[in-house]
Amino acid sequence: MRSHPPPGPFRPDFWRSPLRGSWLTSVFGLVLLVGIPIIAITGLLSYAAYNPWLPGNDTTPERGLLGFYFFDWPTWPAWLYRVTQGIHVILGLTLIPVLLAKLWSVIPKLFAWPPARSLAMAVERASLLLLVGGAVFEFVTGVLNIQLFYTAFPFSFYPAHLYGAWIFIAAFAVHVVLKLPRMVSALRSRSLRRELRTGLDGTRPEPPDPDGLVATRPAEPSLSRRGLLGFVGGGSLLIFGLSVGQTLDGPLRRTALLAPHGRMYGLGPNDFQVNKSASAMGVNPMSTGPGWRLELAGTDLRLSRAELLALPQYTYALPIACVEGWSTQQTWTGPRLADLARLAGAVPGRVEAYVESLERGGAFSEASLSARQVADHRSLLALRVNGADLSLDHGYPARIMVPNAPGVHNTKWVRRLTFRPPSG
Amino acid sequence: MISRVRSLRQWAVGRYGADPLHLLALLACFTLAGYAASRVVVAGIWVGFVVWFVGAAIIHDLVLYPLYAVADIAVRWRPWRRVRPSAVLSHPPPWINYLRVPLALSALLLLVWFPLILRLSQDGYRRSVALDTTPFLGRWLLVTGLLFAGSALAYAVRLRRRAPGEGSGPGSRPDDPPGPGQG
Repeated sequence: MRSHPPPGPFRPDFWRSPLRGSWLTSVFGLVLLVGIPIIAITGLLSYAAYNPWLPGNDTTPERGLLGFYFFDWPTWPAWLYRVTQGIHVILGLTLIPVLLAKLWSVIPKLFAWPPARSLAMAVERASLLLLVGGAVFEFVTGVLNIQLFYTAFPFSFYPAHLYGAWIFIAAFAVHVVLKLPRMVSALRSRSLRRELRTGLDGTRPEPPDPDGLVATRPAEPSLSRRGLLGFVGGGSLLIFGLSVGQTLDGPLRRTALLAPHGRMYGLGPNDFQVNKSASAMGVNPMSTGPGWRLELAGTDLRLSRAELLALPQYTYALPIACVEGWSTQQTWTGPRLADLARLAGAVPGRVEAYVESLERGGAFSEASLSARQVADHRSLLALRVNGADLSLDHGYPARIMVPNAPGVHNTKWVRRLTFRPPSG
Repeated sequence: MISRVRSLRQWAVGRYGADPLHLLALLACFTLAGYAASRVVVAGIWVGFVVWFVGAAIIHDLVLYPLYAVADIAVRWRPWRRVRPSAVLSHPPPWINYLRVPLALSALLLLVWFPLILRLSQDGYRRSVALDTTPFLGRWLLVTGLLFAGSALAYAVRLRRRAPGEGSGPGSRPDDPPGPGQG
């Protein structure tokens, strides 16, 4: 059977690229070995940033043991989530060409014949199904989600992306353990510096390898290894350069030509990135007009916007940082959440807040804030931004602004605040 | 005791085909992955999840790869290769990568951003961002145009730099007939 594989891709001489080989695969592998753990850790941190242990905050309540690492998400530094989630999304986008190149470089292995020479090989190949499936699943769901292409999903994004991540992490970890020695020896087999000095003329196939990646009947090269590495790196650079702007403020934001959330709205104080428009969330000017009141649950207090503006006002520059990877820093003004807690008869530091919005049906129309978040002196019920009243799309009449909280917890169109003892 | 461990290990290597630690590491992987999969079932999304997961495992090797391999063969296939209008251009430097690179980079951007470029995510996008996805097609075309223009410029510079009378040299290799799986 071994000597008579089926025709086509199952025959070793079908694969003719003179560049495939253990060294090349290991270069891509090394880049992913550095990048994937960063994406995984920032992704898991993002889950912790939601403070899922607070009532109503967990988008994946069936997580079981997978939430073992949660902690009280800090409010300092205010830009932390902006950085971690920006890295998660932008680095993920940037590594797409490397992932594709890695998959290309090992494709003959998919068709290796016989499919398994031993039980060990069969079991390892099963883990590779989880590795490749998990990697592509995570990249695809992430990329579609940041483009708001929800209608493509037959599942809700949060559980799919989270549990898919754990399957991928499991397979990735075992792949690293099993292949690390091979990667190191393959990387040592050639000098990167020499490859970067070798043009097309000097490009020869790698020597035959035990991994079966080197072509048995290589074609003449039409691209040097240097050229291929530059091509893949150039692809990464291109995606990075066209998307990183959505995590920046100032003129560089305009460079985000191919990124969902690097859009320009104008030059006014409210002209910055919107996510979740008022009309889509069922918030109309009627409910936010002069009749609007902020309800402080457990008290008789129903505060109008004028009464809120009469409270001591504080101004802080705080970022909105979205789980979808974009962020922007703006200057917010309003009363402190801690002052509102005192008004409701509570002691800041000893109470959590439950925030309810006017929006209808959104996944984040309600959110809990931790005692630490309520007590931070920069946590505001923002009424104004950049010196002007909030626009309806940015949460008029009032929205939450908590330093370092994920964007969806900066609830817009707040209608009721409940201060209550910690849920433990 | 030590010899017993050693003989057990040899037995495992013989029967299993690798060190027992290999099996242990993989069992740990399947345990964690299996647990995560059980959460998928509890979340009630397993049908769509499994379909997408299996699709993700094969989409590169069985869909994307054949597409770009055939595209690569297509751009290298030159039925008009005998038509040589001028003697000056009879041995041009290899041009294939000046076509391949901008084409592939443009395709890469389309692969990543097709929901925006093709306006497939228009509904979700407008609800969220309060703008529509109209500009993205133009932006992608602009970037594509710049990539091709840059590539053409680089090729022109290369043509100019060639000393007159210089032969094709080793650069004629890309004229060789392509085979499948060529990089």
